[in-house]
Order: sequence, then C-alpha cells, then structure tokens
Amino acid sequence: MSFAPGQTVGPFFHLGLPFEGGNLLVPAGHPDAVRLHGRVLDGRGAAVPDALIEIWQADPSGAVPRATGSIRRDGFTFTGWGRAQTDGDGHYWFSTLVPGATTPGRRPFFAVTVFARGLTDRLFTRAYLPGDEPDALLDGLSGERRATLITTREERGLLFDIHLQGEGETVFLSYPRQAR
Amino acid sequence: METQADMSREIEALRGSGGPQPRRDYPPYRSSVLRHPTRDLHQVDPEGVELWAPCFGAADIDDAEADLTIQRSGEPLGERIVVTGRVIDGDGRPVRNQLVEIWQANASGRYWHQRDQHPAPLDPNFIGAGRCLTDDDGGYTFQTIKPGAYPWRNHLNAWRPAHIHFSLFGTDFTQRLVTQMYFPGDPLFDLDPIFQSVTDPKARELLIAAYDHSVTTPERALGYRWDIVLSGTHRTPLEES
Ligand SMILES: [Fe+2]
Repeated sequence: MSFAPGQTVGPFFHLGLPFEGGNLLVPAGHPDAVRLHGRVLDGRGAAVPDALIEIWQADPSGAVPRATGSIRRDGFTFTGWGRAQTDGDGHYWFSTLVPGATTPGRRPFFAVTVFARGLTDRLFTRAYLPGDEPDALLDGLSGERRATLITTREERGLLFDIHLQGEGETVFLSYPRQAR
Repeated sequence: METQADMSREIEALRGSGGPQPRRDYPPYRSSVLRHPTRDLHQVDPEGVELWAPCFGAADIDDAEADLTIQRSGEPLGERIVVTGRVIDGDGRPVRNQLVEIWQANASGRYWHQRDQHPAPLDPNFIGAGRCLTDDDGGYTFQTIKPGAYPWRNHLNAWRPAHIHFSLFGTDFTQRLVTQMYFPGDPLFDLDPIFQSVTDPKARELLIAAYDHSVTTPERALGYRWDIVLSGTHRTPLEES
C-alpha cells in the first residue's frame, strides 16, 4: 500500500494548529508540574522561530493515557499529549508531569515530533529522563549521539534542545513500518 | 534571486532521486537547506507510548468546526467546496474517532496570519482553519472555500499551487502526518519545490484530490474526494483496547 507523503507544515501553521493551553498538560501551578523546554536550532546554531513541537508521554505511573480532552483541557485530566510553538528565540516549553517507565526498569522518555517551515516532513525523536537504566536505543549510540536524546535536569524542569542539523545534531528516528 | 527557469532546472535534476516520501535534503526548497538533518534517521522499534496515539473526542471539538464557511457572521467569498474522504492505515483499516485539522488561504490566496505579507485581500468572513473527528469508517468531511494560489519568496516569481494543509493522527504515534492536499490539474505543480520535494511522481499523485460529482452539493458546493493512507500501525490487533 502507498502511504501519503508528508509535506512541510509551512510558515502559517499558527492559523490551524496551536490552541490555547496546548503546552499545558498540567496547569503550571500544579504541585508536581515540571517545565520541559528547550530551543530549536538550525545548522548554523540560529533559532528556529517557526517550529512546532508535540509531545506524547506516559503518566508518572508509566500508564499510557487514554483520556480525551487535550484540546479543551479541564485542568484535571492528564491526557499525555501537548503541542507548543517556538517563540522568536526558538524556545518552546511545556508544563507537564515526569513520565514513568511503561515497562518497569526501562528509561522513561517523552515521544517528540518536530515540525517546521523548511522541514519537508515531520521528524520524530525521544527526550529521555536522565538516569542509568539500560535502553535499547541509547545503548546502541555513541556517547556524543546519545547525549542529544537525554534531557538535562533543572531545579523545576527538564531541558531538551533540538538541533536540526550540524554539530550536536539530534538523533531523529524512523520506525519499521514507515515508508522511506 | 534565481528565476523560475533556474529553479525548474534544479527540480528537473532531482526528479526521481528520492523515495515515496519527500526528500528531507531538497535544496530547491531554500528554507530546507539549514534545517534538514544530515544524518540518516535512526531506525528503532517503537515501544511504550509510541505504540499508542493520543485520544480526541467530542469534548475536544464542536461539529461546527468542520464547516469553515460559517465561522463568521457573513458568507465567505470564493468557490464553495466540500472536501471529503477516509483516513485509513497502512493495512487498510479505518482510523476511527481521530483528529483531522486543516488550515488554508482564502479564495484570494491570503492567509489569516500576521506573517502573510501577500497584498491580496483578507476576507472578514473566512479565517481558514477547521477540525473534525473521523467517523467509524475513518471518514471526514469539511465544508470550505477553494483556496487561491499564492506567491512566496523561494525564488523570483515563485507561486504555490492551491492547497489545503492537513494534520492527521493514526492509531499509533509513528503514523503522525502533516501534509498538503492539492487540486487536480494545477498548472503550478511542475514549478513548485514543495510539491516536487516528493520526487516520485506516483507518490505525488497521492496528494491530489479527485473531483467527485457525487460529492458536489446541488446549488451549493463542488465536491472533492481525498483519501489518506497513513503508514502501518506497529500494534497488533490483540493489543487494541
Ligand atoms: Fe500553504
């Protein structure tokens, strides 16, 4: 079967995709809220001010959320999915909860999708929590490449910069059933 | 700035050079030059949340959001159209109750967006964004206006063929797709580096809707049909909740 090709999200996606509270998986005042944030940078290290980041994650217990309500958040239900656009400095941020391991003993991660003007197709990656659990993906990468997938812990958050190209280029992922 | 003739030569030189998906490294689309990853994608077996997609439901969306012609007090200008089709996964199964989002220019080729500097008129009665959930057969339907072609600054005299931006989710995370739907027979197809970033002509065909008179609404709107096949899901049917 032939899969529909992707096309760039273009410069005008703000018209259709971002929505109020998209980046607030939990209200920023939630007692367990952490800020997952970072900058999206191009091959010269310049900010990408027209990127869109989506995250999809387990809840703190490691359960995969099955609740609806991401677009109209009620402030109580954790849906595990969020969407944030970058600002003029290439910066994006989410208020969320720290994901748990979906399989005990594995390293938890946020599944991340990156869209931008200039990207002909979306990119997938993972933002892992810092830690020392074994992981099939991380363990197969060189130290330098592995580091691009691991968030840096901050006092109230996790930092995850995304380098689209060049030095420190983030490891982007494909999955077996996708067309190449 | 390069002319369209220069650009068309660049496009010509890359024809057929990629697979069924767009080339990430596609220099004719100038904005891609510093933004595409230079390393190969790293293939990984999906696990945990990647085997699932986020859920959307009636709480997220009003039915009226699928009609882009009724969002303001008056009737928008332009040719009213119906765009309908099915979202199916790579195994032919319908993608049910899943979110479809669209955005587009108005009939004059102008976006309701602060960064759109094209001096074509805005239409106070047309914003150009809509959403719906697919039905049990994977079906979606939008009422809208046929968007106009519009110029952009990729090269001298660059024009985008008329298109509607689509955002789609599947039943697992890996099927996420953002793409553009085009209209049949557009004379700008061969000239457009974004459409041509998909260098396989058969794959490009999958982005073009078909005129369908059975969708056309008498006295009201012309009908277009566009089915969207996402990639295959990695979850086995036994894992379905
Ligand atoms: Fe567009």
